[in-house]
Amino acid sequence: MQARSTGAIAVALGIVAVGLVVGYETTQISLSPAYSKVGPKAFPTMVSVGLVLLGLALLWQAWSGAWTAEDEDETQPADWRALGWLGFGLVFNVALIGFLGFILASTVLFASVARAFGSLRPARDLAVAFVFSAVCYLGFVKGLGINMGAGVLERLF
Amino acid sequence: MDTLGHLAQGFGVALTPINIVWSFVGVVLGTAIGVLPGLGPALTIALLLPLTYKVDATGVFILFAGIYYGAMYGGSTTSILLNTPGESATIITALEGNKMARRGRGGAALATAAIGSFVAGTIGTLGLTFLAPVVVDFALKFGPAEYFSLMILAFVTVSAVLGNSAIRGLASLFFGIWLGLIGVDLQTGQARFTFGVLELLDGINVIIVAVGLFAVGETLYLAARHRYGQDEILPVKDSLWMTREDWSRSWKAWLRGSAIGFPIGAMPAGGAEVPTFLSYFTEKKLSKKPEEFGHGAIEGVAGPEAANNASAAGVLVPMLTLGLPTSATAAIMLSAFQSYGINPGPQLLMTQGNLVWGLIASLYIGNVMLLVLNLPLVGLWVKILAIPAPLLYGGILVFATIGTYGISQSPIDLILLYLIGGIGFLMRKYDFPTAPVIIGMILGPLAEQEFRRAMTIAQGDVTVLFTRPLSLTLLILAALAILSPYIYRWWMQARA
Repeated sequence: MQARSTGAIAVALGIVAVGLVVGYETTQISLSPAYSKVGPKAFPTMVSVGLVLLGLALLWQAWSGAWTAEDEDETQPADWRALGWLGFGLVFNVALIGFLGFILASTVLFASVARAFGSLRPARDLAVAFVFSAVCYLGFVKGLGINMGAGVLERLF
Repeated sequence: MDTLGHLAQGFGVALTPINIVWSFVGVVLGTAIGVLPGLGPALTIALLLPLTYKVDATGVFILFAGIYYGAMYGGSTTSILLNTPGESATIITALEGNKMARRGRGGAALATAAIGSFVAGTIGTLGLTFLAPVVVDFALKFGPAEYFSLMILAFVTVSAVLGNSAIRGLASLFFGIWLGLIGVDLQTGQARFTFGVLELLDGINVIIVAVGLFAVGETLYLAARHRYGQDEILPVKDSLWMTREDWSRSWKAWLRGSAIGFPIGAMPAGGAEVPTFLSYFTEKKLSKKPEEFGHGAIEGVAGPEAANNASAAGVLVPMLTLGLPTSATAAIMLSAFQSYGINPGPQLLMTQGNLVWGLIASLYIGNVMLLVLNLPLVGLWVKILAIPAPLLYGGILVFATIGTYGISQSPIDLILLYLIGGIGFLMRKYDFPTAPVIIGMILGPLAEQEFRRAMTIAQGDVTVLFTRPLSLTLLILAALAILSPYIYRWWMQARA
């Protein structure tokens, strides 16, 4: 018998919670009587019931220790420093892409991801990131006509 | 002979200069992303979905098909030389192929993988050519009830049968169906699950979900797990020319692998894992030198590689004839059809004959290009493997941003992307399969549509699903697929 995993229990509870939210939201769909037989609620109800039942089954498996399910290599704890750098890059990107523009925001994102993956050469990473982002911008915006919004450097092109 | 006529017409489409260019770009890109660990065809095609607004459908599908086939070829190179399989279907190739490379037989392993992929890909494409019209004839008899039951069967097999846990697979599937339901219900105009967010009225774009799960989630997982150490790339010391013995041990394995892979891929179950495993164990059993297995047996590369490619061709059968995707990549291709306003299904072959037959013809051409690209030029692809992980994943996340922010320049989309990335991270960590999410998201709303149609015809009588023989058969198959492991266990216990 393996030890119970709190993470697995939390995930199972999370699935039950999603199922309940889906169920509650389904009751909020206003229904015209014309569609009373099989309307827009039938499928959502099935999904809600399904998620709750599957979540409960997983909860039972996690509680009894049958499912710990963290993959084979649980010896090392998660690398929070790496996740921190990644999180910083992502948040910076979403917060400032509108203001700074795609190229600069992506440069910072790229360099923080590189840092998260253990790179210790920030200058090189920033340089590569800038060139890469600029080339991507030109390729996608000018080449494929995808709109990536305006920004500080984007005005120059 | 009708089929051959259609195929000739398809070659007429595929051999126009512009479509040859699309096919070439596709196979080159496909090989590159197949070689790179962390990028797969599903993610790449999702990122390229915006092309559907700019380029005509035939060109785009030829490009996507090239990527799809190319990724199979590229994936085998990585698993042989690096021992980190890019996708689950190449685990077996890594098993024997990497051992061969360690023994200095990397060249022969690459050659048997590439030629085997070519043989199986061509056989699989032939199978697709001749099976597709037959399936269409059969499928034209389907009503909404049959379609719905068929989708249930596909749902069950892609989520519950493949993978480690039926419950987790189904949970992924239901989550995906829910994502697919978000937005305005097309039949009644009711908003569903939008939580008052205006951006959600149009539904969640599949690009965001695919990129979130496959790019952001995967990157988070690898960073947290420290799985980015530079693996040693094994050098290719020997010649790419296979010896007479290699040939004689390979060709039967290629044919057997194709024979195993194509039918399994073409079933509404799909998946490349099962046929590669089956092929591996078949070869092990039939080999005259079973003692070599586990130490680099060439049949153990040749068979599974062929099975992998043949099943990839097989997956296109339900996709093109029934509109039924059984892999994440096929599901995203299906959403490309929707983006053109093309209804995938049995009518596709008639209404879009040029597109479908052009696509099929391009697969023959792509296979030839891939053989040439992968064998003599393998050294070039190995160089791509040398890209350091920090730069590779930095680049992947910038692409993820382009794919998402390019949809509507909305930060909401990016936040959604990161949320789904976080979910993808948890799914990876707790061993939930991700493909059922994408399949559920694309196929879920279609299943709902068929269900409501069937109910409208039957005036709300659910028993119609069980009284029509074909529909009942499909549902029984689905129930068996879920229950048979439990029944088997119960039976074994009862006997003991």
